[in-house]
Amino acid sequence: MSKRIETTDLNVYYGSFRAVEDVTITIEPRTVTAFIGPSGCGKSTFLRTLNRMHEVIPGARVEGEVLLDGENLYGNGVDPVRVRRQVGMVFQRPNPFPTMSIRENVLAGITLNFSRMPKSEQDDLVERSLRNANLWEEVKNRLSLPGSGLSGGQQQRLCIARAIAMAPDVLLMDEPCSALDPISTLAIEDLIGELKENYTIVIVTHNMQQAARVSDVTAFFNIAGTGSPGRLIESGPTDKIFSAPDVRATEDYISGRFG
Amino acid sequence: MATLSPTLASGDLTSGRLPKFTVPVAIVASLALGYVLASVLGGGNLALATLLAFVIYLVGIEIAARIVEGARQASDHRARNLIVGAFVLALVPLGSVSWEAISKGLARFDATYFSNSMRNVVGEGGGAAHAIYGTLWVTGMASLISVPIGLMTAIYLAEYGGRNRLSKAITFFVDVMTGVPSIVAGLFAYALMSLVFGPGTKNGFSGAIALSVLMIPVVVRSCEELLRLVPNELREASYALGVPKWVTIVRVVIPTAVSGLVSGIILAVARVIGETAPLLIAAGFTASVNNNLFANPMMTLPVFVYDSYAHPGTDIQAYTDRAWAGALTLILIVMVLNLVGRLIARRFAPKTGR
Amino acid sequence: MTDTPTGQQDTAVGGPAQPVAGLTGRRRPGEAVFRGVATGAGILILLILMLVAGFLVFQGSPALFADPAKLASQGYGEFAAWVLPYAFGTVWAAVLALALAVPVAIGIALFISHYAPRRLAQPLGYVIDLLAAVPSVVFGLWGSLVLAPAVFPLYKWLNENMGWFPLFSGRYSGTGRTILTAAIVLATMVLPIVTSLCREVFLQAPRLHEEAALALGATRWEMIKMAVLPFARPGIIAAVMLGLGRALGETMAVTMVLSGTRNITFLLLTSENPNTIAATIAQNFPEASGLKTSQLIAAGLVLFLITLVVNMIARWIVARRAEYSGAN
Repeated sequence: MSKRIETTDLNVYYGSFRAVEDVTITIEPRTVTAFIGPSGCGKSTFLRTLNRMHEVIPGARVEGEVLLDGENLYGNGVDPVRVRRQVGMVFQRPNPFPTMSIRENVLAGITLNFSRMPKSEQDDLVERSLRNANLWEEVKNRLSLPGSGLSGGQQQRLCIARAIAMAPDVLLMDEPCSALDPISTLAIEDLIGELKENYTIVIVTHNMQQAARVSDVTAFFNIAGTGSPGRLIESGPTDKIFSAPDVRATEDYISGRFG
Repeated sequence: MATLSPTLASGDLTSGRLPKFTVPVAIVASLALGYVLASVLGGGNLALATLLAFVIYLVGIEIAARIVEGARQASDHRARNLIVGAFVLALVPLGSVSWEAISKGLARFDATYFSNSMRNVVGEGGGAAHAIYGTLWVTGMASLISVPIGLMTAIYLAEYGGRNRLSKAITFFVDVMTGVPSIVAGLFAYALMSLVFGPGTKNGFSGAIALSVLMIPVVVRSCEELLRLVPNELREASYALGVPKWVTIVRVVIPTAVSGLVSGIILAVARVIGETAPLLIAAGFTASVNNNLFANPMMTLPVFVYDSYAHPGTDIQAYTDRAWAGALTLILIVMVLNLVGRLIARRFAPKTGR
Repeated sequence: MTDTPTGQQDTAVGGPAQPVAGLTGRRRPGEAVFRGVATGAGILILLILMLVAGFLVFQGSPALFADPAKLASQGYGEFAAWVLPYAFGTVWAAVLALALAVPVAIGIALFISHYAPRRLAQPLGYVIDLLAAVPSVVFGLWGSLVLAPAVFPLYKWLNENMGWFPLFSGRYSGTGRTILTAAIVLATMVLPIVTSLCREVFLQAPRLHEEAALALGATRWEMIKMAVLPFARPGIIAAVMLGLGRALGETMAVTMVLSGTRNITFLLLTSENPNTIAATIAQNFPEASGLKTSQLIAAGLVLFLITLVVNMIARWIVARRAEYSGAN
């Protein structure tokens, strides 16, 4: 399963402060889309509106539309909890549940939502998810040990396994490698390349080489200055953005001539 | 080079220091002098001797340091000695209370004490069984009332309240409640019971209400603090899996903080289990076992200690012995609760995963 | 097509998850119930406190409004005149206790924060905390049966040799059970709380200032005077006020040590000692009835108000300090 995301004129506010302004973008299924831009440009905020995670922050609200295969995430009667079951998310720092074993972490989305599932199906799901996250071989003999005992990179792959065990349509990744060492980063990047066969993937990254390596489409966000809202400057195929962007600011940022 | 500064008269960094052996020698000398003086003055009173020794030591070091090291170093010595002295001073009551409770409490720390009540006992014998049962009943009931209210309030404050008006008001009044004198809590329970069941009602449940007034703010405070220690990332991880907020709280946040919550609750119990005044007012006295929280006065261990002390019968020694045995029992209970609470907190400290 | 969630998270949630079908779903009752219970618990606390105040006023009011003649025959006499000496005793005993406890507490706190070896600091802190764990009734027992006889010779000596000092004058008590003994017991009981609060502010003193002072050639004591104590002053005051609040409300130590009377005196060593409100309630409540009960409850209300004011001042100092120091 993999779905298309379209936003039109999306604005995000924290209280009266407009953090993101008029973002219109289409994110294609079975591709990796990278959001790049300087710190504070609203790319993470925008990412979090795609599964309504921004609502966790008091005072945050959205104006505009986010369509998931044509269905508006912000339509009447839409339940943010259900949205998040279809749009999974991986965070900046690996955050496995410390009270749960590796196996329980993978099944967390199922068990926490009180879904019943026969043991054999559970075993199957755990193995499948961990295999898809390239973690199975490393942990198959210690599934009952705490997830917090793994290395940082393994923990992050566990979190990816946990997210894909829910069979989401879209996988959002908020700087998933920023807390990891280069080798773990490489493992995650390889994994992203494999996952795009099945999922729509959106990744926020500070690392432009990473955007160039893993993404098919790149979107550049920028702010005019402190206090002004973040905007989408341009988006397009990664090759084009990195070689011949339309906008001067994009070129400055990519070539490192920025701030 | 060293003579550049005229204030450094000798130019030697190590000059003007009391030799290392000064302190032990001074301690021994002043102790000896103190004892001699005390035996001359007050017939060898141990406390007097120690006090004199301390004064002699202070003065001696002061003079020696002033001569050898100068006034600034002398005042540094004085401050250090007074500060160490303050710490030692605080150990005196602690040591004395423990020693007296153990040495005097052991006289009646026997099987009869824990199996018999004071029913029909006027002199020797008898025990505190009725008071121990009462303490268990009253404290248990108080926990049953306080823990749900306290924990749910803490959840409201940490998870739902944000910084809204209601949560600010609750925080403020929990602070006020922390300062309610324990006897006032007893009066409240008494007044409430008088209104509901008629004037003069004293029973175990009333005592439990009084203790709850004291216990709830402690539970709220410690639980709120612990819930706030749970990293937000875990909540977000759960939300991102499409888990509703309340399920996240019950199945992710609370399990992560559970050891701290349990330890906080145990410490709160330890805090109220020794309360005397409110139970004196609200639960009353009795000499018999009463296992009904809702009828008739109920004896509790602290009140038993007070009662044995304040209303001794003809055989004063028997009552005093029972009071000390009760004090020892109370101290042991409180110490065990404190120890268990701290052990749980340390042993099962939340594993944050990094 | 706008959505403006103003609260924290979603409000429509709960219940076992069905296999995901669409984005829209019925509202889940679980969330509403859970949130309602949590909010209800918080409101219940507000209610309890209102009840405490309300009931005390209700049950105590006969003492305030009854006919003075009736109060004289069935109660303890006119309320204000009756309670005033006890209010004095309460404040006097607490002030004495703090006067004894604060210097020691500051000393201990400095010892733990700046003198003791780092490894020992925490265990030593626990040792002081142990004092807080001893139940008050045990301290009461200890104060009257152990401490009073032990300090008696000292009182005798003070009275005979330093009787010129007003507080030590009068005729010394033959038992040692005086307001000074009660104050020592109270001081022991508030020592841990004052110590732990002071220790906390001492540890928050800016390290850079301390190092700067040491680098200027200050001795350790001079460093503490220059860099630690000025920084900690508001914190110390707040600790003192909170200790005062604790000492004001403490019952058993005074009840068991003193056989207090109803007089106003500053003398420390005589057998005529002012009683405290809390001790008076504890001593008389079991036998009281009718108007006497009302008067005792009204006295409790007075005690509540005194501690409330003291605690408020303490909180106010803490809050002000948190605002301008940015230490928290």
